[in-house]
Amino acid sequence: MRTIKWSRVAINLTVIALIVVWTVPTIGLFITSFRDKQAISNSGWWTVFTNPQGAFTLDNYQKVLFGGDGLATAFLNTLAVTIPAVVIPILIAAFAAYGFAWMDFPGRRILFITVVALLVVPLQIALIPVLKAYLAIDLNGTFLAVWLAHAGFGLALATYLLYNYISQLPKDIIESAALDGASHFTTFRRLILPLSMPALASFAIFQFLWVWNDLLVATTFLGTDQDVAVMTSRLVSMTGSRGQDWQLLTAGAFVSMIVPVMVFLALQRYFVKGLLAGSVKG
Amino acid sequence: MERADAVATPPPRGIAQVLAAGVGRILVSIFVPVVAFVVLWAGFLWLKDSGAPRIVIVLVAIVWGIGGVAMLYVVANWLTEKLPATWQGRILPFVFVGPALAILTFYLLIPAVLTAWASLFDANGQEFVGLDNYVYSFTNPEMVTAIRNNVLWLVFGTVFSTGMGLAMAVLVERSRLDRLAKTLIFLPMAISFVGASVIWRFVYSYQPEGQPQVGLLNAILGAFGLGPVSWLTGEPLNTILLIVILIWGQTGFAMVIIGAALKGVPDEMLEAGRIDGATEWQVFRRLIVPSIWPTIVTVATTIAILTLKIYDIVTAMTGGNFNTQVIATLMWKQAFTFFDAGRGAALAIILLVAVTPVIWYNLRQFRGRAI
Repeated sequence: MRTIKWSRVAINLTVIALIVVWTVPTIGLFITSFRDKQAISNSGWWTVFTNPQGAFTLDNYQKVLFGGDGLATAFLNTLAVTIPAVVIPILIAAFAAYGFAWMDFPGRRILFITVVALLVVPLQIALIPVLKAYLAIDLNGTFLAVWLAHAGFGLALATYLLYNYISQLPKDIIESAALDGASHFTTFRRLILPLSMPALASFAIFQFLWVWNDLLVATTFLGTDQDVAVMTSRLVSMTGSRGQDWQLLTAGAFVSMIVPVMVFLALQRYFVKGLLAGSVKG
Repeated sequence: MERADAVATPPPRGIAQVLAAGVGRILVSIFVPVVAFVVLWAGFLWLKDSGAPRIVIVLVAIVWGIGGVAMLYVVANWLTEKLPATWQGRILPFVFVGPALAILTFYLLIPAVLTAWASLFDANGQEFVGLDNYVYSFTNPEMVTAIRNNVLWLVFGTVFSTGMGLAMAVLVERSRLDRLAKTLIFLPMAISFVGASVIWRFVYSYQPEGQPQVGLLNAILGAFGLGPVSWLTGEPLNTILLIVILIWGQTGFAMVIIGAALKGVPDEMLEAGRIDGATEWQVFRRLIVPSIWPTIVTVATTIAILTLKIYDIVTAMTGGNFNTQVIATLMWKQAFTFFDAGRGAALAIILLVAVTPVIWYNLRQFRGRAI
C-alpha cells in the first residue's frame, strides 16, 4: 500500500509542476499587460509579488484599444472577417455534401474524389494567383475577398467531413421525406441541417479558431492598412515596428485572446471533436 | 408538399391565358434574380466606400455576407423548381455542389496548376528556365537552412508534442487534478501563434549583462549566478526554442485526443497483463500503446502537417532572421519582398509535395470515423 501512495504523490507533484510550467508564460503576459512601460523594462513581471509598485494600470489597454494602434477597430474587423468566413464555407460545404451523398448526377464520384484530393494543396500555393486575380478585378482589400479565400481554403475539408457525416444519416428518413413530396431543398433545410448540427458545430469551432487566429490570409488579401487590418496583423506590425513598446503589445495580445479563449472554455467538448476532424486543414 | 400541390392543381385555361401565364412566369424568373443581384451589388459598393462608423460597416458586412450566400441558394433553387421535372433533376444537383466546385476550382485547383507552371519560369514569368528554381531551392544556402529548419520543426515538433501529450495523458488520468490540468494545458490551443509569440517573448527576452533581465529564462540563469544568453540569435538553438512554442501549444491537443482514446482501452486487458506479471512499463509499452496506435498516428500526422507549413511563429518571433527561416517564410519573402514569382512558386510546390504523403496517411487513419 505504501508504495502505491508514494507513486500517487509523485504523480500529483509532476502534474502540478506541468501545470505551473504551462501556465507561467501566460500569467507573465497577463501581469505585464497591467504594468507601466518603466516598470516593464526595469524589472521582471515576477517582481510584482515582492514589490507591487507601478504594478497596476489600465493605461495600456486604454492606449492600445483607442490610441494610435486602434486595436478596437482591428477587433471589429476580425469579427467582420471571422463570422461570415465561418458560416459561408459551412453552408456551401453542407449543400455540396448533401449533393454528393444523396443526389444522383453524372461525374459524382470523380468530382468528389477531386474535392478530397484538393486537401493536399497548401493555401500558400493560392496566395499569388488569387492575389493577381483579385487585383485584376479590384476585389483585394474587401471583406468579401477574405471570406471567399477562407471559404476556398476550408471547403475541401468541410465538404469531406460533412459528407462523412451526412452520408451516414439513415436512408429511410430522407426517402420518406421525398415520398411526402418534400423537394431536395426542403429536405436539406428542414431535415439535414438540424440533424447534422453536431458535425456543423465541430467544424464551425475549428474554422472559427482558424480564421480568428489566422495571419497569412488576412494579411495577404485584406492588407495591413489600419482601417481594415485584423488583430493578428496589427500585433505583428506592432512587434516589428515598435518592438520596445512591450506594454502595448502585451495588452494587445490579451485583447486578441479573449474571444477564442472564452469560446474554447464554453465549448470545449465540441472543440475536441472539431480539432481532431480539422487535422488536415489548409 | 409543394411539389404535390403543383401537380394537383392544373386549372383549365384558354390559349391566351396560358401564353400570358408563360410570359409572366418568364418575366418573374428574370426579375427575381436581377433584383437579388442588384441588392447584392449595391451592398458590395456601399461596403467598399462607406464612411459609416466601423461598427455599422461591420454589422452590415456580416449580414450582407451570410445573407447574400443564403439568398443565392434560395434564388437558384427557386429558379430550378420552375423548370420541367426532367431538367430539374439534371440541374438541381449542380445547384447543390456547383458553388463548392466553383470555389475550389478558383481557389485551389487553378492556383495549383498555375503555380506549378510558374515554378518553371524566371522571376518575371517571362523566360522558361526548366527546373532552375528547384535547383536553386535545394542549393542556395539560405534555402538549405530553411529546409534544415523545417526538418527540425517536423522531427522535434511532432515527436515532442505527441510524446509529451501521450505521457501527460497517462499521468493526468491517474491524478486528482485531471480536469484542471487538462483545461490549463489544453488552453494554449485557443491562442493564436502570434499571441503565443508575444507570450514567449517574455520568456526569451535578453538584455546585455548588467541590465535587469525581464526575460524569465535569463532571470533564472541570473539567479544561479550565470550570465544572460541571447536565446534567439544563435542557430540552431533559436529554431529549437521557437519549436518549444509550438510544443507548448500542441501538447494539450495531443494530450486530450490521446486521453480520449485511452478511455477506450478495456481495463480487463490491462488487469490480465498485470496478473501475468507485466510491469507497469510493459503494460504501457505492450498493451496500451498498440491499442491506441491509430490515434497516436492521427495526432502525429496532424502536428506534422502543421510543422511543415509553419509560418506565424517564425514571422512573429524573429521575422525569419538569424537563420530561423522556414520554407513558408522564404516563400513569402521570395514572392512578396523580392517579387520573384518563379522561386516563390517552386517553394510552394515543394511544400505541396512535402505534405502530400503525410495528409494521405492521415486521411487513411481518419477514414470512416465520423466526427
